[in-house]
Amino acid sequence: MIVPFGHVIILAGLLFLMGILCVVARRSLIMIVLGIEIMLNAVAILLVGSSLLWQHLEGQAIVLFVFAIAAAEVSIGLALIVWAYRRTGSMDPSDYNLLK
Amino acid sequence: MTIYSIIFYLLAILILITTAMAITRRNLVHAVIYLIFSFFGSAMLFYLFGAPLLAVLEVIIYAGAIMVLFLFVVIMMRADTNDERLFAWRQWLPVAVFGLVYIAIGVGIITTEPNSRITLKTARAAPKVFGQFIFEHHWLSIEIVSLLLLVALAGALIMGRRSRRPSGAETTNGEL
Repeated sequence: MIVPFGHVIILAGLLFLMGILCVVARRSLIMIVLGIEIMLNAVAILLVGSSLLWQHLEGQAIVLFVFAIAAAEVSIGLALIVWAYRRTGSMDPSDYNLLK
Repeated sequence: MTIYSIIFYLLAILILITTAMAITRRNLVHAVIYLIFSFFGSAMLFYLFGAPLLAVLEVIIYAGAIMVLFLFVVIMMRADTNDERLFAWRQWLPVAVFGLVYIAIGVGIITTEPNSRITLKTARAAPKVFGQFIFEHHWLSIEIVSLLLLVALAGALIMGRRSRRPSGAETTNGEL
């Protein structure tokens, strides 16, 4: 017996909310990508918890793919940030006004 | 209140505190290191939920590879956000609106969902069983994901290459 499933949902929901806060409120591109990582981690916690609830391995399988996609996303995202920093010398998204 | 629930609540508090510290730090290096602690807590939570293979992968991929990549970029670009105002005024409205809507929907879901009152039982998916399950039911997805990682590798390589100087024939016309 661990805990009611609702408490796992609350934990994952609070983590996801922190990720959204980080993406919306921070102004550095690196913190925005970190916020996406926090959100993906919250989803992974909820999937593993639901996999335990229904006693089925499907949730854990999806978490494996979430890990792979997070790794791909962060490598491409950080490469894009480095590229944009070289072009503009800034990491604030509101400074990217080349098309204005 | 079993030993498992005590461990769960301790880990939950640890994860929430370290994540909250991470998203409010002005120094990016400190933020990344707090987040490493948060991911270690998540890995222990996975172990508690009976997923030892995923716990190991969380440490290797998230706390290891991804966070070290972040540290490299932060240090390489000398990213300094000390003059950053943490919550700019024009961003307060969307933060408040989305947060309140999200909390309202979440409370509604958790209170009405019948599954949320079921107490989780301890179980354990041995890595061997999990691996056999993955390669029996999701072998095509594994191949697609490995291809995706290859494409990401090539993409990061192309993006990270220093852009070449334009050749002389292009610049003599005055335009690029």
